[in-house]
Amino acid sequence: MRPLPVISAKNLSLTFETNDGPVQALKNVSLDIEKGDFVSFIGPSGCGKTTFLRCMADLEQPTDGAIQVNGVTPAQARMARAYGYVFQAAGLYPWRTIGGNIRLPLEIMGYSKAEQVSRVGRVLELVELAGFERKFPWQLSGGMQQRASIARALAFDADILLMDEPFGALDEIVRDYLNEQLLRLWARTGKTIAFVTHSIPEAVYLSTKIVVMSPRPGRISDVITSPLPKERPLEIRETPEFLEIAHRVREGLRSGHRDE
Amino acid sequence: MTVATPSSGPSGRILGPFGSGVGDMRQSFWPVVTILGLLLVLWYGAAIWLNAAWTYDKATRSGATVTATSLVADTWAQKKPKLPAPHQVAVEIWETTVLKKVSSKRSLVYHSWVTLSATLLGFGMGTLLGTLLAVGIVFNRTMDMSVMPWVIASQTIPILAIAPMIIVVLNAVGVSGLLPKAMISMYLSFFPVVVGMVKGLRSPDQIQLDQMKTWYASASQTFWKLRLPASMPYFFTSLKIAMAASLVGAIVGELPTGAVAGLGARLLAGSYYGQTIQIWSALIMAAALAAALVGIIGLVQRVTLRRMGMAS
Repeated sequence: MRPLPVISAKNLSLTFETNDGPVQALKNVSLDIEKGDFVSFIGPSGCGKTTFLRCMADLEQPTDGAIQVNGVTPAQARMARAYGYVFQAAGLYPWRTIGGNIRLPLEIMGYSKAEQVSRVGRVLELVELAGFERKFPWQLSGGMQQRASIARALAFDADILLMDEPFGALDEIVRDYLNEQLLRLWARTGKTIAFVTHSIPEAVYLSTKIVVMSPRPGRISDVITSPLPKERPLEIRETPEFLEIAHRVREGLRSGHRDE
Repeated sequence: MTVATPSSGPSGRILGPFGSGVGDMRQSFWPVVTILGLLLVLWYGAAIWLNAAWTYDKATRSGATVTATSLVADTWAQKKPKLPAPHQVAVEIWETTVLKKVSSKRSLVYHSWVTLSATLLGFGMGTLLGTLLAVGIVFNRTMDMSVMPWVIASQTIPILAIAPMIIVVLNAVGVSGLLPKAMISMYLSFFPVVVGMVKGLRSPDQIQLDQMKTWYASASQTFWKLRLPASMPYFFTSLKIAMAASLVGAIVGELPTGAVAGLGARLLAGSYYGQTIQIWSALIMAAALAAALVGIIGLVQRVTLRRMGMAS
């Protein structure tokens, strides 16, 4: 028997009531994410990829359908601190040092002082920011700030990492570097990652599964299981296999647009 | 001493919402001196112009002729001038502060202390009340809808109209002395604190609030770890306004009671007896007091925000 999926959505729909009338952000979305998967969500603005991620995190409430995280409701999963969430902006507190920022969720969750110290040291090591513990956020570059925010999401024992365009505001070179780091981190920690992005190369490079979404109403138009090996140097992006998947993603995005 | 330029930080740097203008004393020295000099010239000129009538009056009665020199000398040295010259005020302040015993009823230090104690008590109560109201408004939707209009309405009532009421009512229930004046100070000073703190406590952005939610933080954790620290720059700016308002409140509180002590009493007594020099020295003393108090808050603000990593 297959193990229970980590995240399981069935016929999920979400309609926002706005001043201009109802907007259907998600319509009949069904998807299973298995343990250890790296799933990317890609699609144009308004396709509901961020909304879907926020539903997993209990930050939005679906209007119809069912969603389970670790076999329970998203609200129960949130209360059990089952996931770490990385937002588009680092959102570090300017009055706390990098170490203090990473300690914040640990303080909230009631970890002991000794445990806080050892965990902060460990995750700083993990995102290669050791030595920056006492620096304030403004003393770090944007890429380093975003790494600190990833460290913060890793500091507590959540098996799921939800990432909402974490590298969207960074330049290409920093982005490549962070993508490589993220893959290494994923291999070392074995976490299940859901990753929202705008970038086709990023989605193909990172994922074991790529979910292509299309807008109005937000829905899944294609799910591609990547045949690429787990070990991925940056050069893999020039291989025929990589380009073939990228092509299929692009086709998926285009077909979503043709429907309008 | 290095001169801080506010824009020199890296792009990701977050400064408080109110630039801290620290460390530019050297840059501002000459402009300040120039303006001060200009004001003194205008003041001396105005003293001649306004006091000349009395000089000519006296001369006509005694049959003396007024020369340019005697005009200037007389207008700058009258006993009850329309506008006393700066040095007259300076001499009066010197005589009533340094040369008088502090316990004397004629000491300006004594009167300043009377006003200052009411100011500080009112400021403390106003800050506490303002902060509590702001917390209530931010955390409770009903309070947000119901309290804010009253807070604003309270400030549309002229303080001069309501001050005697407060004093009379409190006197009737046996409360007199410091507290009624402090109440008027509080009435004026809680308002900037409410407005500033509501804005400050609401300053965290949606991402920071969502983050707290993903960590399943309690409301009190969100308050102590996010909202309160985020509100600090707003808090200190509110305190500066509240302190100035509090001093005005204490002085106004001394006017309708015919108080015998305090800067307000000095102003009132001065105007009864046409002692313009006394009025001006009390005014200057009040201004110096306000500047000193606001300066102290500015200092605490700088030290605190620097420790928090929120200022240069």
